[in-house]
Amino acid sequence: MFQGGVKLIDFKEISKEKVIENLQPPEKVVIPLSQHTGIPSNPVVKKGDTVLKGQLIGENAGFISSAIHSSISGTVTGIEKCPLPGGKTSPAVVIENDGKDTSIEPTKRNWQELKTEEIVSIIRESGIVGMGGAAFPSAVKLTIPPGKKAECVLLNGCECEPFLTADYRVMKEEADRVVEGLIIISRTLKAKKSYIGIESNKRDLVPLLRDTINKFGADTPIEIKVLLEKYPQGSEKHLIKSVLNKEVPSGGLPIDVGCVVFNVQTALAVRDAVCEGHPLIERVLTVTGLVRNPKNLRVRIGTPVSKVLEYCGAEIKEGMKIILGGPMMGIQVYTTDTPVIKGTSGILVLPEEDLPENIQPCIRCGKCVEVCPMRLVPADLGKYAENQKWDRCNEFNVSDCIECGCCSYICPAKRPLVDLFKWAKAEIRKVEVK
Amino acid sequence: MTEIRCSPHMHSRETTTKIMWSVVISLLPATAAAIYFFGPSALMVILTCIISCYIGEVVSHLIFYKKVKAFDGSAVVTGVLLSFVLPPSIPLWMAAIGGFLAIFLVKELFGGIGFNIFNPALAARTILTVSFPLEMTQFVAPLSYRVNAITTATPLGIMKEGIGGQLPSLWDMFIGNRAGCLGETSILLLLVGAIFLLARKIITWHIPVSYILTVAVITALTGQNPMFHILAGGLILGAFFMATDYVTSPITSKGKIIFGIGCGIITSLIRLKGSYPEGVAYSIIFMNMFVPLIDKFTMPKKFGLVKSKK
Repeated sequence: MFQGGVKLIDFKEISKEKVIENLQPPEKVVIPLSQHTGIPSNPVVKKGDTVLKGQLIGENAGFISSAIHSSISGTVTGIEKCPLPGGKTSPAVVIENDGKDTSIEPTKRNWQELKTEEIVSIIRESGIVGMGGAAFPSAVKLTIPPGKKAECVLLNGCECEPFLTADYRVMKEEADRVVEGLIIISRTLKAKKSYIGIESNKRDLVPLLRDTINKFGADTPIEIKVLLEKYPQGSEKHLIKSVLNKEVPSGGLPIDVGCVVFNVQTALAVRDAVCEGHPLIERVLTVTGLVRNPKNLRVRIGTPVSKVLEYCGAEIKEGMKIILGGPMMGIQVYTTDTPVIKGTSGILVLPEEDLPENIQPCIRCGKCVEVCPMRLVPADLGKYAENQKWDRCNEFNVSDCIECGCCSYICPAKRPLVDLFKWAKAEIRKVEVK
Repeated sequence: MTEIRCSPHMHSRETTTKIMWSVVISLLPATAAAIYFFGPSALMVILTCIISCYIGEVVSHLIFYKKVKAFDGSAVVTGVLLSFVLPPSIPLWMAAIGGFLAIFLVKELFGGIGFNIFNPALAARTILTVSFPLEMTQFVAPLSYRVNAITTATPLGIMKEGIGGQLPSLWDMFIGNRAGCLGETSILLLLVGAIFLLARKIITWHIPVSYILTVAVITALTGQNPMFHILAGGLILGAFFMATDYVTSPITSKGKIIFGIGCGIITSLIRLKGSYPEGVAYSIIFMNMFVPLIDKFTMPKKFGLVKSKK
């Protein structure tokens, strides 16, 4: 159990029972070369090249970087700038679909015969990144720094963001592949124990997951932990706190307390890459909110958001906003030309909120202090940031903020606290760079 | 064009204005008691305070911001609370001065909502006590307005001076049938409002419980009846509605408990050793000054701090 957090209405019933559908690959995909944490990939194709589904189009440009593959077969029409969620742009490989969906020759492997380094290298070359949202390259997580040891692996199936049900559906429909992925990861890290963490609203998965675990009969124990339905239960640090009662040190990584956390869909991607030779070219996401047909969809990476919304019968009108991810941490996009990327867990259409135009004064009610899962004092930090006192923000640990949004959510004055903290962090980073 | 906003994209329904009006609602039962026990003049004092607070807000907004800001209900809260700590027989013009100063001097001059150091209602009461000592310490007997109003001493006054009549029974003190400030007497109906505030999660238990317990323990240790001290004076009103004022109380739970204990110690000291019979208002004002210090020392330890020191 972690301190703080908020109880949210989860809105998951909208899409919870919708079986995952495959979205037809679009006529054109736009695959950004920067869709992960780290250095953008180097393109290895040029205009006019013909590519197959699963073919490498961008290669690793460093240790913290990722390979990128074509999600359809067709012709490269160029490398163009494309909008990313968050207002940035990235060069992207634009591929026109030839409609044949011809795949590269997949390499089937028996992972039990592979060495650790081979598995890590397959994961790196398959372009697997964390699919919970942060898109951190998985191969880096699997490379344990010297002096550290991964005692246990946590599979993050919390999906604590309201509205999202993609991970739930994946666990329900693809339990075999997910659990096998977890076993592969666990073996690769030589971990002693694994945990699957789910929020109590997914309790119905427990028998299924248990049967699946028993079927595989892994040589290390896997425990299912049903956790309280409390946001941000799925935050890496808070999942570790809830499952193992350990706190990741400030500024540190999970490996500092001997664990590594993977998202459900990441585990599935690991399994598909290692056993089937499939690189990461598609993902499951939830399309929900103000759409006529809410769905859980398997979408090729690079599909424009407009195509996905069209398929789900969404008419975007004035006063509606489109959010990639969940309502608490998702990013609002200004154009539906934005492509679905590896970290896109959902497409959410919500009505615009009636929020005050100017920043209203803090009345010191203390609710933000109560809910902050990082045990900061958002009320004070907000005032410092509002007055651009960056040194004070730094002194009072704004850099520890995980931007979960609990404080902004609960604030009766509707102060844009997360907004202010992102600003403060950016300013502090600027000073540090100098 | 839809405006692009930063996450989160959903917010709780609670707003500052809703909180303010909820506090007003929570004070309605006690308002009814005040009118019942002290008559229509009590209602006049309450209305005078609300109106003068509102005028104070409008005037200060016009001076400081050149426009009247949106009305959030906080002036009504201050108005009602101020009237509750005034004697029912106070001349209306004095009440009006109090209301105006509560907002203009105590709140807006310090930066407006969220920035005042002192509880506006209590600070205004203190100003009035210093300015009009006679009128501020004259109390009428409950229900006496029906025949002809007679002045009498409050239970704490009787206790301190040892003269001025018979102490009311604890039951009379609980329902409010005793002399005192306008809104402080009916413990029963104040508690009804307090339960509403607790249930609405507008206030937490920390300040009221630590405050009242401290008074009870200290008075019991000095051989007095703690129940009498809880029911007498403005303790219940102060502990649930004044000391819990967001702006002028600590922000963390731990800080709130320290604040409550501090208020309790000072209230008991004034009641037992001071020359004034009652000390709730002064103790809260006094502790208001310590809030920044308490906040500083009760700052929560951030997540992951303990381990990194190893």
